[in-house]
Amino acid sequence: MTPDDEPTDVRAQPPPGDARRVRGAPNAPPAPAPTSLPELDPDAPTSVGGALWDGVKGVGSPLVRFLDVVGGHLILAGKALSWLPRRPYRFGNYLEAAEYIGFGSLPIVLLVGAFSGMVLSLQSVYAFRAFGLESFSGGTTGKALAIELGPVLCALMLAGRAGSGIATELGTMRISEQIDALESMAVNPIQYLVLPRVIAAMIVTPILSLLFFVIGMFGAFLVAVVLEHVDQGAWLSNLRDIVQPIDVVQGLIKGVFFGFMVTLIGCYQGYNASGGGRGVGLGTTRAVVIGSVTTLVTDYFLSDILLSIFGSGKGH
Amino acid sequence: MATAPPPSAPSDLRTDEITGPSPVEQKDERWHIRVRALTKSFGGPLVLDHLDLDLERNKVNVILGASGAGKSVLIKHFMCLLRPDSGHIWIDGVDVLSLRSKALSDFRRKFGLVFQFAALFDSLTVEENCAFPLKEHTQKSAAEIRDIVADRLGQLGLQGMQRKYPGEMSGGQRKRVGLARALVLEPEILMYDEPTTGLDPLATRNVDEMILEAGERYKVTSVVISHDMASVFRIADRIAMLHEKKILCAGTPQAIAKSDLPYVHEFLRASGIAAVERAEEKLLSKKSQRAGGPP
Repeated sequence: MTPDDEPTDVRAQPPPGDARRVRGAPNAPPAPAPTSLPELDPDAPTSVGGALWDGVKGVGSPLVRFLDVVGGHLILAGKALSWLPRRPYRFGNYLEAAEYIGFGSLPIVLLVGAFSGMVLSLQSVYAFRAFGLESFSGGTTGKALAIELGPVLCALMLAGRAGSGIATELGTMRISEQIDALESMAVNPIQYLVLPRVIAAMIVTPILSLLFFVIGMFGAFLVAVVLEHVDQGAWLSNLRDIVQPIDVVQGLIKGVFFGFMVTLIGCYQGYNASGGGRGVGLGTTRAVVIGSVTTLVTDYFLSDILLSIFGSGKGH
Repeated sequence: MATAPPPSAPSDLRTDEITGPSPVEQKDERWHIRVRALTKSFGGPLVLDHLDLDLERNKVNVILGASGAGKSVLIKHFMCLLRPDSGHIWIDGVDVLSLRSKALSDFRRKFGLVFQFAALFDSLTVEENCAFPLKEHTQKSAAEIRDIVADRLGQLGLQGMQRKYPGEMSGGQRKRVGLARALVLEPEILMYDEPTTGLDPLATRNVDEMILEAGERYKVTSVVISHDMASVFRIADRIAMLHEKKILCAGTPQAIAKSDLPYVHEFLRASGIAAVERAEEKLLSKKSQRAGGPP
């Protein structure tokens, strides 16, 4: 190494006894050193207070993002509902949305409902049989299906099918400028696209929950009475005693809320999609994940509220 | 700026010469759209910075600029699809940024917007796409709507395509359908967002002819944003060049072709000799016509 090859910035030279030199061959040239110190981040805090503030901001940023997203959903819901009483009403859009969300989801909801009722009944019969109480399986299955499983599983099915479909459709419309085209034709896209879907879901989700409950109970009856030979009279009598109409009403109320949330989340993710096909894909994924998680989380709080209002029925 | 000439007699170049405290609120016979000090950012650096622009009534006005210069952002302000941070836009003397809700919705019906990729509703047929604005904004019967749509499609060479879906058509055909949809409500201002981007030379020429024909037939003010110089010089009555967040210069194609502004010169040169030559040919032809000689 000639003197000319020496780094000009002495601060950059490795210190004597540096591990790199010790490990290297005796005559090996030292590892190339940078010619200057790494540049400092101009935005880096210059005081302890600044560093603390940056840390707090860093920790708080997910919370801020979360509140931002929640706020975005609330604003979209507010805008959509504010268009509800205003002309033009476009009933065709509501019917079309109801057909897609409701009728389109019917086969999968009925299938899942039947098998949910059947497996729940099977497990209940085996669990209660240990105590000779298998005729109670109808009541417990009915209670679970009416209050919880009906609306919650329906909402999860809708998040997977309708929520993702809506997010993809609106996201594609957003990135291909179809939503801008609606606006340019003096048609409010929230009134045209979001409102009918949200309202239709609020109407059809409780209906789907009810059908889920009915088909689930049919499956439960089939397993308990036909396959497991539980006494039919006792099974039906316990069912009537344990499952009250108010339980079914609670399930329907939950269905309205879940339908609203799952569809609103799908609409929000699609309406705000950006970044081409990847953005639409991300929006679709988020619609399913956020829709499902929100359903399960809000189910607890909604159950708490509904139980405090309606109680748990005399059979409990 | 304060000593600017009145807006009815603007210079053809350097729009900063025509800005100033002019009575732009009044309806002007020559200028259909007037923009003053328009500033827009999306939370970061400015996209448009105190931009001034005038667009001529019943002419083909081209807004020229590099990709990402803010051309689309600019024209979206005309319909209030975007709101500026500050500035004014007057269309026929109406301050469009002061309009809200119903008034704005009604005002937007003055416009037809042809999108870069047509933005047709892919779940609807060509006929349903074109009928959409009529169904939304008029009380016409289904038969009347069908006739109007067939008429517009026929004029644009799309007879018999009513039942096709946008996905089954070529880029040029989709743009024609987009134009037919924009025309059904008989707008006063037709805006085209990069109409020739991604088209082959023949399709580009067809779209250019379509723009000229629509302008003449329906007597509309056309606003075209483009960076396709050959196309621009074929169709433009007036060109405004957007550069560095402002209108660098505006004027007739001849004036732009003669401009000694380095950026304009560079833009013309980079776009290919053919475009420059075509501009010069057009210029010579106009000159000889004015002199009464053979074209």
